[in-house]
Amino acid sequence: MAEHIVSARSYFAVFFALMGLTAITVAVAFNDFGAWNNFVAIAIAVTKATLVILYFMHVRYSTHLTWVMAGAGFFWTAVMIAYVMTDYVARGWIPVPIAQ
Amino acid sequence: MSNHAAASLAHQHQFDDAEQQYEASTLGMWVFIVNEVMFFGAMICAYVVYRVVHPGVFEHASQQLNITLGLVNTTILITSSLTMALAVHGAQQGKRGQMLGYLLLTMVLGAAFLGIKGFEYAHKYSEGLVPGLNFTYTGPHADESQLFFSLYFALTGFHALHMVIGLGILGALFAVGARGMFSRDYHTPVEISGLYWHFVDIVWIFLFPLLYLLGLH
Repeated sequence: MAEHIVSARSYFAVFFALMGLTAITVAVAFNDFGAWNNFVAIAIAVTKATLVILYFMHVRYSTHLTWVMAGAGFFWTAVMIAYVMTDYVARGWIPVPIAQ
Repeated sequence: MSNHAAASLAHQHQFDDAEQQYEASTLGMWVFIVNEVMFFGAMICAYVVYRVVHPGVFEHASQQLNITLGLVNTTILITSSLTMALAVHGAQQGKRGQMLGYLLLTMVLGAAFLGIKGFEYAHKYSEGLVPGLNFTYTGPHADESQLFFSLYFALTGFHALHMVIGLGILGALFAVGARGMFSRDYHTPVEISGLYWHFVDIVWIFLFPLLYLLGLH
């Protein structure tokens, strides 16, 4: 079977990258960067998840159909959360005249 | 016996070849994982909404969580993903001992995660911070705090349930693998179960910063 075998070395490299990113996200959380705290936390979580998906879950070496399927789930979840947020975050930005 | 059984499993008649069968299995598992992403995504969306609506209360409530235990569990779960990847690595090369050893290690780490989670839950119960069972917090914004802990228990509870199911899957893999059902040519169940285990890890990768880290600074 012509499957790609990722070397144990690569798995350990990904593992140490995940551990390093975990240390960074905790270190950042102890400091106050205002709204940037959330941005950094989510950016690091997305980076970690991407590493797991590409290497541990072998998506990098999978068929394009698997790429589409894996991407679609996370893409539409991000769309769902982003669109819900356009409501909750922006609520009250524009004053709505109240009918007399 | 094992070679014969493995050969018959390796290529079932509806597929052109073993590789096509393997790709179909992988894709099928990804369809299931997309369902799971949507399942957890909806709950995370609810959490993010109420966090935006009650930012101060949620930060205060999240400070009740034990960051050290959360970090230890994150480390345990990432390590268990590594051992799971190495178990699949062993299976791909037909190294049964390596596969079984790493499966066992993955199960031990998964059980350790659940043990720590159980300890955290028990602690929250004794502090009266479990909505529905024992919620005695009466300080300012008690209702909004209860909302945080409801979401905390829903998210981590469903995650823990997935871990329990994952442990069952790994146990079954170990039992089947110990009988020599997997080989270099046929180890799709090990690979597919690995996908599930890594997905559960990904859920925690998002839950840890969302639940534990947001109120630290």
